[in-house]
Amino acid sequence: MASSTRVTFPNKFLPYLLLAPQLAITAIFFYWPASQAIYQSVLREDPFGLSTQFVGLDNFRRVLGDPNYLNSLQVTVIFSVATALIAMALALLLAVMADKVIRGKGIYRTLLIWPYAVAPAIAGMLWLFLFNPSMGTLAHLVRSAGYNWDPLLNGDQAMVLIVSAAAWKQISYNFLFFVAGLQSIPKSLIEAAAIDGAGETKRFWTIVFPLLAPTTFFLLVVNTVYAFFDTFGIIHAVTGGGPGKATETLVYKVYNDGFVNLILGDSAAQSVILMIIVIGLTAIQFRYVERKVHYG
Amino acid sequence: MANVELTNVRKVYGSSVEAVKGINIAIEDGALCVLVGPSGCGKSTLLRMIAGLESITDGTVKIDDKVVNELGPAERDIAMVFQNYALYPHMKVYDNMAYGLRNRGMPKDQIDKRVKDAAQILELTQLLERRPKELSGGQRQRVAMGRAIVRSPKVFLFDEPLSNLDAKLRGQMRVEIKNLQRQLGVTSVYVTHDQLEAMTLADILVVMNAGSVEQIGAPLDIYEKPASTFVASFIGAPPMNLVPVKADHSGLVLKDGTRIGAEGLSIPATGALIGFRPEDLEVSAGTDTHIGGLALDLKVLGVEPVGAESYVYGIIGGERVVVRVPGRSTSNSDDQLRVIVPKQKLHLFGADGKRI
Repeated sequence: MASSTRVTFPNKFLPYLLLAPQLAITAIFFYWPASQAIYQSVLREDPFGLSTQFVGLDNFRRVLGDPNYLNSLQVTVIFSVATALIAMALALLLAVMADKVIRGKGIYRTLLIWPYAVAPAIAGMLWLFLFNPSMGTLAHLVRSAGYNWDPLLNGDQAMVLIVSAAAWKQISYNFLFFVAGLQSIPKSLIEAAAIDGAGETKRFWTIVFPLLAPTTFFLLVVNTVYAFFDTFGIIHAVTGGGPGKATETLVYKVYNDGFVNLILGDSAAQSVILMIIVIGLTAIQFRYVERKVHYG
Repeated sequence: MANVELTNVRKVYGSSVEAVKGINIAIEDGALCVLVGPSGCGKSTLLRMIAGLESITDGTVKIDDKVVNELGPAERDIAMVFQNYALYPHMKVYDNMAYGLRNRGMPKDQIDKRVKDAAQILELTQLLERRPKELSGGQRQRVAMGRAIVRSPKVFLFDEPLSNLDAKLRGQMRVEIKNLQRQLGVTSVYVTHDQLEAMTLADILVVMNAGSVEQIGAPLDIYEKPASTFVASFIGAPPMNLVPVKADHSGLVLKDGTRIGAEGLSIPATGALIGFRPEDLEVSAGTDTHIGGLALDLKVLGVEPVGAESYVYGIIGGERVVVRVPGRSTSNSDDQLRVIVPKQKLHLFGADGKRI
């Protein structure tokens, strides 16, 4: 509305005071570490922190020229795309099915939301125990079915395992949003489409799915960021980046190089690159994907 | 083009909640049937059962002499206009109208022709490239109509299509819907809770209450001869005045003990209700009894001038009533008036609410 007026506070400092806690949190937990990372990324430091030397962009050059880093980039792309797609597709499927349930709707929803309350490392351990080739219950089933299951040696299988664990944990969150999204679609639209001669599948793809686009888009951004950052615990618990760096994602490599191998400069440079990648990805998503999104 | 026939149609939710209690309605080809009633009377449920959006517990629904109970909404060859229009928000007006035709696999050039023809009729030609959110309420309403007419269905179903519009637009659209329905000659079922809409649109008016039909007939017949006190007070605004009356050995007694002349009325022993429309009262100048009418004493509570006429609110025999007088009323609060109800305008209802 053109005539809407802004709320003004008589006290000049009150608005800043009200904003202060949020700003403080952002400053302490984001800007400070981020600026530290940028600072560290142009320094070369020995493992004991006794001497530092300014090296300009040398760290970046070395990181980007490292085949291990490029491998890690590839692993991350595969891992993130697979995790986001599987987590979103399964969540959507479950949400659509839960939407049809009439009795005990609440119970289904509650049960489906529980996995979200599980901490990443615990989720990782859970999957590790289930699929550990020597003692896992489900691993035993898979092996007795004649499949040579060994994620400790087979990189692809290790990837399948961490993607499953990461997606499993995120399904709950996506499910919650998809359920809310589905509920916000008026029933009369579905009925109108039914009268217009669209079968159930057609209704889903021509009416429901397009109307869920804002939710899907939001979840795409959230899931990408999740796959990039929040899956560290799972990878750490399940594969530790192995076998042979087959599951070493960018975040895991940052941790490994910085805190295990104590190459602080490289690690910081990787963090900065990671930050740029995520900023870039989010910008691209908003710029190109959001255009196709219709906000009802 | 088709007739619609409902026979003993029932709807039971769960095991006991009977929303629609055995309804029989026959609608001729090309007629506009209006289902009217207060909210919760089952009119929308009934419409949705005709549409195939609700299952039919009992009875049969026939469209074009064919039982459609087991057919899905798409196979019944009906089109429905929803209260909230139910336009597909992500599609342009053109696509909204073309959607049903595309789903039926109609060739592109035919779809184009039909959509453009419908747009022409509804004056939507300029708006075909817009999305629903860029339209006003009245325009959305038109698109919803357009989506119904492009399909040339056997039956149109309207579920309170005008209730989201403001009063002025509602009046306009009412006329448009009526004209369009006449022009296309498509059998229609129209649900509303607005008695004015019901009166003006209907060829056949069905007054519903608590899951049952109270009365079926031509609108003016229902107005002039309501079958029950429910119909009497539902159809007409302001509603019909209803005054309880009892008979004793020496004449008729109102609730507060006022005696009135019997005027040849035969009141059952259980008592009755005298009904009269607000416009059917004559305000008598003196206190003389008017010949051929029922004379009643009215104590004025207040007057509402609405321009062309005035509503005089008052009490007769302990019961609140309203009288419609042309132009301005000279009455003031606490005035005593003598009003006459001409005998032929008098309605009499038994204690059970049924017309005597």
